[in-house]
Amino acid sequence: MTQTAAAGSLRSADKAMATDTVLAPKGRRNGVLAVRIVVLLLCLLWLVPTVGLLVSSFRSEEAVDSSGWWTVFSSPLDFSQWTLQNYSEVLGENEMGTAFVNSLVVAVPATIIPIMMAAFAAYAFTFMRFKGRDTLFVIMVGLLVVPLQVAFVPLLQLLGDFGLVGTFPAVWLAHTGFGMPLAIYILRNYMASLPRSIIESAEVDGASHFRTFWSLIMPMSVPALAAFAIFQFLWVWNDLLVALIFLQTDRPVVTSQLRNLIGELGQQWHLLTAGAFISITVPLIVFFALQRFFVRGLTAGSVKG
Amino acid sequence: MVILNAVLAIIAGVGGMFVFYWVFNALVERLSLRWERRIKPYVFVAPAVAIVGVFLVYPVVQTIMFSFADRNSTAWVGFENYTFIFQDDRFVEALFNNLLWIIVVPSFAVAIGLLIAVMADRLKPRGEKIAKSIIFMPMAISFVGASTIWKFVYDTDFRGGEQIGLLTAITTKLGFEPQRWLSLQTFSLNDLLLIVIMVWLQAGFAMVLLSASIKGVPEETLEAARIDGAGEVAIFFRVIVPQIWPTVVVVFTTVLILVMKVFDIVNVMTNGRDGTEVIANRFYNLLFESGENGQAAAVVVILMLAVVPVMIYQVRQFRREEAAR
Repeated sequence: MTQTAAAGSLRSADKAMATDTVLAPKGRRNGVLAVRIVVLLLCLLWLVPTVGLLVSSFRSEEAVDSSGWWTVFSSPLDFSQWTLQNYSEVLGENEMGTAFVNSLVVAVPATIIPIMMAAFAAYAFTFMRFKGRDTLFVIMVGLLVVPLQVAFVPLLQLLGDFGLVGTFPAVWLAHTGFGMPLAIYILRNYMASLPRSIIESAEVDGASHFRTFWSLIMPMSVPALAAFAIFQFLWVWNDLLVALIFLQTDRPVVTSQLRNLIGELGQQWHLLTAGAFISITVPLIVFFALQRFFVRGLTAGSVKG
Repeated sequence: MVILNAVLAIIAGVGGMFVFYWVFNALVERLSLRWERRIKPYVFVAPAVAIVGVFLVYPVVQTIMFSFADRNSTAWVGFENYTFIFQDDRFVEALFNNLLWIIVVPSFAVAIGLLIAVMADRLKPRGEKIAKSIIFMPMAISFVGASTIWKFVYDTDFRGGEQIGLLTAITTKLGFEPQRWLSLQTFSLNDLLLIVIMVWLQAGFAMVLLSASIKGVPEETLEAARIDGAGEVAIFFRVIVPQIWPTVVVVFTTVLILVMKVFDIVNVMTNGRDGTEVIANRFYNLLFESGENGQAAAVVVILMLAVVPVMIYQVRQFRREEAAR
């Protein structure tokens, strides 16, 4: 249920951030001061914790420890409190820089590899007839909600046998496997909505399946491919559990390194805030730059294990 | 160097995949037409099915077997792991806490999401867009990032210095004693403070889906109600809510499934101390701190059993939709 609705929302999600007003007739629209105040308060409540983090990450250790971050608004021009020291320290000494690179190394292949595999499979599930097709696909649908934890103990042993635990390929493969049911599901549902006549006329013209797939279906499926890519990238970037278990301490990524810093640095908030902000920059950039696609991706994939 | 390796890996991985499909496709095309038709679909699905088999299906089966074996998975122990975990205070506490999480988080996420969706709809388009973006933004932030953000809000200073945590600063200004918030077990207050983080993260998701749904409510039904003299509140509960109910259910269940597996927030904030344990964190600690494979497997089998009803419902729903296609 969750998935089917989510996939439907792949297209309707575009409406989600749209602002065509349905509820209020035009005359009443600008009135209702109470509504504005409530919305404003909620927005403030939602924004304040992140603003606190951002402000503190640019304040000197002494300033962060001796006064609340909100006091800067009374003296923002007191430049003695501002500094970039926290960032250089956390990126260098506290290895957030290495972790950032590692996160990229993990997330990019873990996004690209599953897309390719899933696209071929989704094409076969949609446009080809073969024995066991429906059973296989129903198994994929069922696997969508399986909690990932179920896979960890056996996979650690299996990957351990191949000496892969603690290496990048281990996480790439793990994320590819864990993301596959969702990728196939999203892509198949999208492909099933493409007009059948296109594929039939390609067949009549004598195009092979490989050709039809590559030069016809793939270009037409770009919206679904992009939605999945964004979802998977953010999921992998923000993931802690898979990184902890398959990369362990050998290769920290931003999430696991931030977790380490919380343990090591305790209340050194000038460093923790800078570290946390580094870890959330990439998702925030994706959010602000690609908001529409971001919404599509998240609504399409939000129930993943 | 690392980056270079990664780039090479990407090229090798993606290029390798393409070559694999291309070569096998070319081979299959050399067969007679009849055999080509028969075999080609399997070439297309094989890599995907293989990786799902190795990384999901095989481990699920294996984990169920491990849950009946000892800590090193070397001997069968029957139901011993299950009897152990249900006598383990930490696990029972985790079950109750998970229950609290799955009731509170989806309810509040839906309620707040609905509130914002309805109210923002009455603002000017620009205001609506900004408000929605602000509420939705936390969805981009990782659980660990969010935990750090809120740990700072909950920070308390006991050395007599200035309070730099927002919550403590407010409560001490109001005349209360400074508190170690995440140790406060009265009324599960510490659990609720962790739950706040999850609501903060998920309300935006609820808002986005509900808002799309509300905008799909036909104008005529609202007009009709207005002509009949219904007030805005009555219209909301009698006309809008019934029409968007399916979306409410979807959002509720989606958030519920996510919350059942909550791990990062609890692990980072308290690691389950002071009565804040949850199932997924118990699993992690049994596996990595205690090295108890069997008990950890049993814990996660319980978690999986809890998801089975949703899984069945989902497959059924899918079948129904396919039939209608």
